[in-house]
Amino acid sequence: MGGLTQQAAVQELATARKDILRIATAGSVDDGKSTLIGRLLFDSKAVFEDQYEAIERASRGDYVDLALLTDGLRAEREQGITIDVAYRYFSTPRRTFILADTPGHVQYTRNMVTGASTADLAIVLVDARKGMLEQSRRHAFLASLLRVPHLVVAVNKMDLVDWSEEIYEQIRDEFTAFATKLDVPDLTVIPISALAGDNVVTRSANMPWYEGTSLLHHLEHVHVASDRNLVDTRFPVQYVIRPQTDAHHDYRGYAGRVGGGVLRPGDEVQVLPSGLTSTIAAIDGPDGPLQEAFPPMSVTVRLTDDLDVSRGDLICRPHNAPQVTQDVDALVCWMSDQPLRPRQRLAVKHTTRSVRAVVKELQYRLDVNTLHRQTEAEGGLELGLNDLGRVRLRTTQPLFVDDYQRNRVTGRFILIDEATNATVGAGMLIPPR
Amino acid sequence: MTTPDYRLTQLQTLEAESLHVLREVAAECERPVLLFSGGKDSIVMLELARKAFAPARIPFPVMHVDTGLNFPEVLEFRDKRVAELGVELVVASVPDAIAAGTVKEEPNGSRNRIQTPVLLDAVEENGFTALFGGARRDEDKARAKERMFSFRDEFGQWDPKNQRPELWDLYNGRIHQGESIRVFPLSNWTELDIWAYIAQEEIGIPALYLARERDVVDRGGMLYAVNEFITPREGEPVLHESVRYRTVGDANLTAAVRSTAVTVAEVIAEISVTRLTERGATRGDDKVSEAAMEDRKKEGYF
Repeated sequence: MGGLTQQAAVQELATARKDILRIATAGSVDDGKSTLIGRLLFDSKAVFEDQYEAIERASRGDYVDLALLTDGLRAEREQGITIDVAYRYFSTPRRTFILADTPGHVQYTRNMVTGASTADLAIVLVDARKGMLEQSRRHAFLASLLRVPHLVVAVNKMDLVDWSEEIYEQIRDEFTAFATKLDVPDLTVIPISALAGDNVVTRSANMPWYEGTSLLHHLEHVHVASDRNLVDTRFPVQYVIRPQTDAHHDYRGYAGRVGGGVLRPGDEVQVLPSGLTSTIAAIDGPDGPLQEAFPPMSVTVRLTDDLDVSRGDLICRPHNAPQVTQDVDALVCWMSDQPLRPRQRLAVKHTTRSVRAVVKELQYRLDVNTLHRQTEAEGGLELGLNDLGRVRLRTTQPLFVDDYQRNRVTGRFILIDEATNATVGAGMLIPPR
Repeated sequence: MTTPDYRLTQLQTLEAESLHVLREVAAECERPVLLFSGGKDSIVMLELARKAFAPARIPFPVMHVDTGLNFPEVLEFRDKRVAELGVELVVASVPDAIAAGTVKEEPNGSRNRIQTPVLLDAVEENGFTALFGGARRDEDKARAKERMFSFRDEFGQWDPKNQRPELWDLYNGRIHQGESIRVFPLSNWTELDIWAYIAQEEIGIPALYLARERDVVDRGGMLYAVNEFITPREGEPVLHESVRYRTVGDANLTAAVRSTAVTVAEVIAEISVTRLTERGATRGDDKVSEAAMEDRKKEGYF
C-alpha cells in the first residue's frame, strides 16, 4: 500500500471489484494449522504491531511463534483445548478472505460442519511426515458432504522430509484416489512449509520440482462465481414490507435473499404454497431499482398482482418449482449430547420456513472414518453427538425443497430442540431411495 | 452495478449478509432493539437497518446506553439521525442509575463495567428480546469466536463453551422468557470495510472522526484531548496536535491518534497503512489485560 497515492488507495478500497472468498480450515495443532494461518495473516499484513509484539513476548525459542496469533480465549488456554470456530480476516489486492478456523479433533465434527457450511474452499492440512491420516480423510469427507466446491490439501512440514518430491507425490496420489470416491469437483495438492513460509505466499526455491502455484496465489485465483445455482429461481420470502404511509400507500414488497436463479422485472413467477402466478413488477435493491437479482443478494420483490404472500412462502418460476413435500430424506449431522432416535419430535428451520417434524426413520448411521453404514440390523441404532446419519422426517407443513447437491440454499435445514431451543442438528437433503 | 458473471463486490456481499440478518431478526424476534453508540460501526448498522426495511420505517427502536461521559458531538449526531429516520430512541442512563443507587461509580472513574447492569436493566424494563450490536469479529480475539446470533441467559451472560452451532445462514433466534439474543450484523466486516462503506455511501459521521488541531495530553503514549472530562494534571504539558478519533467511546477513556486526515478518503488512506489495531491504539479500557474483552462479555457486555 505504501507506494500507492492516497487517491489510488481510496479507489482501491471503496470501489474495487474485489470479491470475498470464504475458507474453512481443518487440522489439528500438530499439523501446523495455526502456524499456517498465522503465516497467511502475517504475510498478507493482517497482523498489527501491537498483536505482533504480544506474540513476540509470548513466544519461546528462536523464532516468533505465529501460531500464537490464532490463540483464542483464556478459557481455552486454561483447558488446553480449542472450543469453537474462530473467524479470521485478511485480504490482498485481489481478494478478501474470511477464514473459519475449526479445531480438528475427533469430537469436533460439529465445528467442522459449521465452518464448512459457508465455505467456498476448504483447506485440509496433512503432515508430510505422517501422510494421510484418518483425520485427513474425515476432513475431506465432511468438506465434500457439505459440498464445499474447492478442496486444497496442504502437505505441510516439507522441510522436515528434505523437500522430498517422492513423499509429496505419494500423498498427492493417495489423496486423489480417495477424493474420486467423494465427488470433490476441484482438488489441489500443494507442498508447503508453514513455518518458513515455503509455497504459502510465494513459490519456494526449496522445491523446484513443484510446478504449481503458491497457496495464496491459488486462493486469490480460484474461480468461485460459477459455484452458485443461477438456473433455478428460488426466492424464499423473508419479510413483507408494507410502509402504509401516504408516500408509499400501496407499496407491498417481499424482502428476502435470492436462493437461486436470476430474477428480472417482467419474469412470470409462481408463489408456493398457493401456486398462484404473477409477474415481477420491480426489484428493489439496497440502492434502488435493479434489473437483475441473483444469489446471494438481499432484495425486495414486488409483484404486479395483489396476492396473499407471507414469510415462509417461496417465489419460483412456474415450470421450475422445487419439490413441495412433507417427507424429507436427509443426511443429518447430530450436534447434541442427547441422541437422535426414531419418533423424536423436533422443530425444523428450512429457508425462512419453520415447521415441526417427527423422525419417521433412522435409516443408517455413517461412520465418518470408514464410511461404513451401520443399520438397524446391527442393533442399537441412534445418532450421538457428532454422528452423521440418514434420516427420514415427516413435517407438519410442506417444505419447498431441492436436493442439497442441486441447490445448497433450498437443500439445507437445521433441527431445533423445542424444549431447550438448542440447535441440535444440520440436515442436507438427498434424493429418496 | 453488476457484472455479467454475477459477482458481487466485497462490500455488496457484506451488505447483503447484514440486510438478511436484520430482516431475519425483525421477522422472528418479538421485540428487537438496535444498540446505538454514535460510533462509526453503529452508524453503519443503523444505515443498513434503514435500507433493510425501506421504504418503510425501521420497525424497532434504537437504544443508547448513555454513560454521561459522551463527546457532545456524538449526542448531537445521535439526536439528529434519530429524528431523520423517525425511529424511537430509548436512553439507558448510567448517571440516572448512579443517582438511583442501582450502580456505584468505580474508583477509577471508568463507567465501562457499570454500564453493563444499566443495559441489562433497560433490556428487562423494555422487554427487549433481541439486541443488535455493531461489534465486528476482527476487533478482538473474544469477538472472533462469537456467533452472528449470540445467545444470552437471563443474566445477559455469554458462555463461549456453550454456543449454538450456526450453520449456513439459518439462524436460531429462539429463546425462553427472560433470555435474549445479541445479534451482530457486522460480524464479518473489518474496520476498513466500515470506512470504505462510509465513503461509498457518503454516510454522515460525527466530526470527531476527522482530524483537526486539538489540545491534547500524552498519557503513556496515548493522546487524550483536553475536554470536559480530561483536564491536564499538574505539570503535565498540553500539546497542540492535529488528531482524530479512530473509535468513539467515553470521552474520559478514548484517545486520539495523530492524523492529518480531514476527509473520509484521507482517513481510509491512513488506516490502510496503519500498523496498530484500533482498540490497541485508542482504548484505555481494553489495555487492562489481554482477556479484558472476554471477561466483560461474560458479564453481559457487548
